Amino acid sequence: MSDPKIEGYDFKPGFRGLAQDAGSDQTMFKGVHWGKAMMWIFLLSDTFIFSCFLISYMKGRGSTPAEWPNPSEVFALHVGGVSVPLLLIAIMTFVLITSSGTMALAVKYGYERNRKMCGWLILATALGGLTFVGMQAFEWSKLIHEGVRPWTNPFGAPQFGSFFFMITGFHGTHVSIGVIFLSIYAYKTFAGHYDTGKRGWFTTIKGDYVEIEILGLYWHFVDLVWVFIFAFFYLW
Amino acid sequence: MEETKKEQTTTHKIGIYLWIWGILFVLSFCSYMVDWFQFQGLLRWSLILTFMFLKAGLIMAFFMHLFWERYALVNVLLWPMTAIACFVFLMVAEFKYTLFSRLFYFFIGG
Repeated sequence: MSDPKIEGYDFKPGFRGLAQDAGSDQTMFKGVHWGKAMMWIFLLSDTFIFSCFLISYMKGRGSTPAEWPNPSEVFALHVGGVSVPLLLIAIMTFVLITSSGTMALAVKYGYERNRKMCGWLILATALGGLTFVGMQAFEWSKLIHEGVRPWTNPFGAPQFGSFFFMITGFHGTHVSIGVIFLSIYAYKTFAGHYDTGKRGWFTTIKGDYVEIEILGLYWHFVDLVWVFIFAFFYLW
Repeated sequence: MEETKKEQTTTHKIGIYLWIWGILFVLSFCSYMVDWFQFQGLLRWSLILTFMFLKAGLIMAFFMHLFWERYALVNVLLWPMTAIACFVFLMVAEFKYTLFSRLFYFFIGG
């Protein structure tokens, strides 16, 4: 999505281009907005944090001699007297993917300077995120009600609770922060800050639709992390 | 450094996003089915990992636009992942050893 057009600079593709960009005695990420590069660096560090959580979960689960609770039973939902395994988690996954899709479209419409469409799609994304956090709150309260604590639980290995609350809690915090920012950016989009180039609150830099893409990167990352949590914590 | 160009950035056709969206739904459905049919053992975790990496790859490549970015950015982002892979490898060795010691000293009685 970079816009590789710089006067007097000949862009080469692939690894040749990588060597040329890195050794050009100029900015390395050519045509990439600095905010976008910074967001990527932040997401990289966040990747390491979540990896540490998931790796410690792997180590905790792998090294306990006690039976690990069966997630497919622990997270089952009773619908009309029938126990459906992982139902809530599956719905949460689909909600988050849907919100990721609307975000991707919001970025596209933003760059096409379609203000209304972009704003509505960001709002839809925020609603999806809110739904996700709501369902997570429901899941947490259900498990707490059943007696799951960070130090004990009625299903098996006591480590289960601490990993569950830590990992899903940290992810839920990311989603909540994302929802707050999505709401702010939805307002800014509708108010036309990115069309008129109005500057933000703590900066002299003028508003531009690239900010929507930066926000989108964060939101897709939240979805990305959920893909891993879903696979390792709920399915494994 | 502020970008001075304000011309419209080239965007991609809506079809590609809808396609990726659809594939992500199908892949999520498939990984849910892994649990639904209660596949176990090698089949279970190979399927889970396959669907997981496919989903992650699609999100990063198309939703996060890495497919269209220059290699300078892509490589800075992806190479550090090898450090995570190393860490996973180390900790797998570690948890096996811990499990062994626990079983040996707590249950068998060293």
